[in-house]
Amino acid sequence: MIKSKKSVSRIISYIFLIVLAYVMVYPLLWMVGASFKSNQEIFGTLGLLPKSPVFGAFGAGWTGTGQYGFSTFLYNTFLMVIPTVLFTVISATLVGYGFARFDFPLKKVLFVTMLATMMLPATVIIIPRYIFFKRLGWLDTYLPFIVPAMLGCFPFFNFMMVQFFRGLPLEIDESGKLDGCNSFVILKDLLLPLCKSAIFSVIVFQFVWTWNDFMNVLIYISSVAKYPVALGLRMTMDISTEFDWNQIMAMSVISILPPVILFFAAQKYFVEGIATTGMKN
Amino acid sequence: MKKGNEMLTRKRYTYIGYLYILPWIIGFLVLQLAPLINSFWYSFTNFQLLGDPKFLGLDNYKKIFTNDPTFLQSLKVTSYYVLIAVPLKLGFALLIAIILNQNIKGINFFRTLYYIPSILGGSVAISVLWKYLFMNQGIVNNLLSVVGIPATDWLGDPRYALGTISLVTVWQFGSSMLLFLAGLKQIPVSQYEAARIDGAGRLRIFAQITIPELSPIILFNLIMQMINAFQDFTSAFVITQGGPLKSTYLYGLMLYDQGFKFFKMGYSSALSWILFVIILFFTSLTFRSSESWVHYGDSL
Repeated sequence: MIKSKKSVSRIISYIFLIVLAYVMVYPLLWMVGASFKSNQEIFGTLGLLPKSPVFGAFGAGWTGTGQYGFSTFLYNTFLMVIPTVLFTVISATLVGYGFARFDFPLKKVLFVTMLATMMLPATVIIIPRYIFFKRLGWLDTYLPFIVPAMLGCFPFFNFMMVQFFRGLPLEIDESGKLDGCNSFVILKDLLLPLCKSAIFSVIVFQFVWTWNDFMNVLIYISSVAKYPVALGLRMTMDISTEFDWNQIMAMSVISILPPVILFFAAQKYFVEGIATTGMKN
Repeated sequence: MKKGNEMLTRKRYTYIGYLYILPWIIGFLVLQLAPLINSFWYSFTNFQLLGDPKFLGLDNYKKIFTNDPTFLQSLKVTSYYVLIAVPLKLGFALLIAIILNQNIKGINFFRTLYYIPSILGGSVAISVLWKYLFMNQGIVNNLLSVVGIPATDWLGDPRYALGTISLVTVWQFGSSMLLFLAGLKQIPVSQYEAARIDGAGRLRIFAQITIPELSPIILFNLIMQMINAFQDFTSAFVITQGGPLKSTYLYGLMLYDQGFKFFKMGYSSALSWILFVIILFFTSLTFRSSESWVHYGDSL
């Protein structure tokens, strides 16, 4: 009796999870389907699969109608995102190592300050930062994204690395010291190889956030030649007529592909990484 | 572990640690602390990007509170948005995490699927998609008409627009779900077994074991989601541009308009400090209240 009751509730759970999964993914599937549909078909039918697939939308969107096509926007996004991610990894690793493995005066105060800045709303500092970058002549460049990454201005990632280093046994450092390694060699050769899951988490998060960032690119990037996909896509949407629906859907699909591919590639490490940071605070 | 602790206590100051955290120290001073102080100062001026700022005393704040109907509207909209989106998102995340935690086969598959919207949710592509899905002739109305529900103007009707925007946020429950799931895995099975032997039902186990054990993670999620939701921008900006009738005019949109459309940097700074104080108030309120509901067990 108890067993059958249990299995009934289990079946209900599965049905619920499957229905939910379908509802969650439906918009995305619809988007992919729509990019292969003719414009008449997009809103006329309910089916996900196009009845008579059209392949022109990708090509047309890619070259674009104006001076700059989607290929430029995509290239720009990589130009902005890759250095930002790279420098975030480097700075977060250094800062995390510093806080996790060394003792120095005011360390507690500094650490608490860093944690507090995690809760500092970005909107409060956005105007002075804009003015500061303007004075430096950095408007319409990607420096407002890259330089904060160099300077560890993403406390969330610093904290993540601190937590991760704390989880690694001190004996590793001690053995390195006995072998005469200095602290940087210990970090580079002994600890870093063990940090894969944390580093992948930083990469995935920062890649996705910078890739999707809209408010900052809206503020800092003004010339169309430098638009990343977020701005390019919005511009295309604003200037397009209803005849370009499938093109816009096609470009939306392309613009979400890189984060999705990265997520799947790094998934294993990524989930591990989240679990470690989520737990140890 | 013990050995490690001894070493830690014996360790003397190693100033090289400063070298490692130096990037952050510079970043903090130049790109966080200085802007914070500056924005406070700007908020008392008429700074407009060009020309020197003139000190206005409390004028900006006075105007905001007594003579700016947009501010009140935006504050109202933002409060509704935070109140709808955050609890729904977290409640959903918790529910799904609990279901997934009962030895579900294919947990990795579901976990990954549910997480995907969190990777995409903030992007313009999703906002564009949402706009198309919820248009008058969009797919949502088409689907509803199949079951006989009349077409609704999801984005054009002030009563529904904010809810439609909130759906984008709730749709991204995956990230919170992952944290809950990680927390649920840490709860010792023995605790559940003991409760079951005592004859506790599902609801009692949920209320007396699951919730207290998860409470630190609930607190963390609640605070981070709240801070983010107060500042949300992209979906309202792209999907509805704050309309119709400013019914989706989130605080972030107002800050953007004042600061970067009208270039009233001083006024916008004052608005941003008010938002800061509001966020600070709710964060500390949550922390205060947490003393009575967050339980820090030995396992954490």
